[in-house]
Amino acid sequence: MAGPRPPGRTREGRQKPILIALASTIVFFGALGWVVVNAPGWAAVQTSFFDAEVFRASLPGMVAAFGTNVQLFLIAESLILVVGLLIAVLRSLPGPVFFPVRVLAIVYTDLFRALPGVLIIFILGFGVPGLQIPGVPNDPFFWAVVALTLLYSAYVSEVYRAGIESIHPSQAAAARSLGLSQLQALRFVILPQAVRRVIPPLLNDFIGLQKDTVLVSFVGVVEIFRTAQIKQSALFNFTPYLGAALVFLVLTIPLARLTDWLVARDRSRGARSNA
Amino acid sequence: MADAAVRVEGLWKSFGSLEVLRGIDLEVRSHEVVCLIGASGSGKSTLLRCLNLLEPIEAGRITLAGDDITAPGVDVNRVRRRIGIVFQAFNLFPHMSVLGNITLAPTRVLGRSRDEATAQAEALLGRFGLLDKRDDFPDRLSGGQQQRVAIVRALAMQPELMLFDEVTSALDPELIAEVLEVIRELAAGGMTMVIATHEMGFARETADRVCFLDGGVILEEGPPDAIFATPSEPRTQQFLERIIAAHRL
Repeated sequence: MAGPRPPGRTREGRQKPILIALASTIVFFGALGWVVVNAPGWAAVQTSFFDAEVFRASLPGMVAAFGTNVQLFLIAESLILVVGLLIAVLRSLPGPVFFPVRVLAIVYTDLFRALPGVLIIFILGFGVPGLQIPGVPNDPFFWAVVALTLLYSAYVSEVYRAGIESIHPSQAAAARSLGLSQLQALRFVILPQAVRRVIPPLLNDFIGLQKDTVLVSFVGVVEIFRTAQIKQSALFNFTPYLGAALVFLVLTIPLARLTDWLVARDRSRGARSNA
Repeated sequence: MADAAVRVEGLWKSFGSLEVLRGIDLEVRSHEVVCLIGASGSGKSTLLRCLNLLEPIEAGRITLAGDDITAPGVDVNRVRRRIGIVFQAFNLFPHMSVLGNITLAPTRVLGRSRDEATAQAEALLGRFGLLDKRDDFPDRLSGGQQQRVAIVRALAMQPELMLFDEVTSALDPELIAEVLEVIRELAAGGMTMVIATHEMGFARETADRVCFLDGGVILEEGPPDAIFATPSEPRTQQFLERIIAAHRL
């Protein structure tokens, strides 16, 4: 159980700093904007990065290509939720019999958190199909999903594990004292509470994953980044990259806000139950 | 002679180098109410946790209605179905309604149907005046209500033995009576119970036998009137004098 929190500042006490922040922000960014627009190189920057014509022409194609990214992260996220949970549960199995299982889980999480994602995507996306083993798929999309799942399940399993360990042992004791087995206690008592607690950090990891879907363009999956690249080299203009950036912002910023809101809500709930 | 409900023989338990129980012998007959008294750290809670196998023991034997439950290879889940325990901090499941808390083990452990478990839970809730709390979550209940739900949750497994681990110690004074009333009613109904408590008045009136724990052993035991009025051990006398000084008796 968390300790008592210091009382938050009152609404009145918060308003004045907000007004000051607002005023200084307007002044600061106004001045910055003026300097940028009036800088000697601005015209060149504008044609190269903010060409309205190129933007209008390239955006529909990129939004369509973004469908591949969406598909990629939706499939990967579903798999990650399951694999990550499995690894976390394996790692928390008690007793000497399960020692090798725990070691395996630890080695897995250490390894995949330590390696750069691009490396894993290259090894799986180019390396495995290159083996030409019959029956093993050589579709780059398939290996992209596998690579992202392996990579992010390592992070997500650690998030789950933190959640499991945050549930007070008295909950397990109460469940076991009623005759529930270790697995039943985990499934019906510990995990439902743990998962609820880790939803914000899980969303955080998923924001990272959604951005990392562009990495799979390196192994030949045509998605939004690859599409932007193609358009950039065809039109000799960088605006498509900014279009791609905009598409990501539209998706990830609301998700980041949602995550922060969930965290703030949990925090205020915690404060209330400790009152 | 019929088997005792519980028999504890030569029970030793330590946490690391700290010996908490140093040779406990205790026998509880069916329908008997035994109260464990003694200072904090005397081993009352540990003894209860050993009884339903929440703590592994170093030495000794515990038999439940003649079955050795400390023998190697015993299915602890089967043993724990037969023993209900209620904790000081209630330990209700916060993500489940009152009904969910009570029906979890009967449905998952005993394989009862949801309807059957619900009907039984409602009967128990009604018996203890909690039926209107059926669908509430624990954080909506007072401490006294939470603890009564915890008792109902344990009773729903129809245990042959109930253990109470200082169940009123975490409660505001005005909420203690409603919880003790439930235990009194169980005593009147013939439930076999072992109760660790600091409520000496309650122990005196409800217990068939009182055991005074000190330094991990049962230093003195007997009928409540004998223990409270004419304790023979100096340590028991000292403990009771301190309790009286604190106006708890």
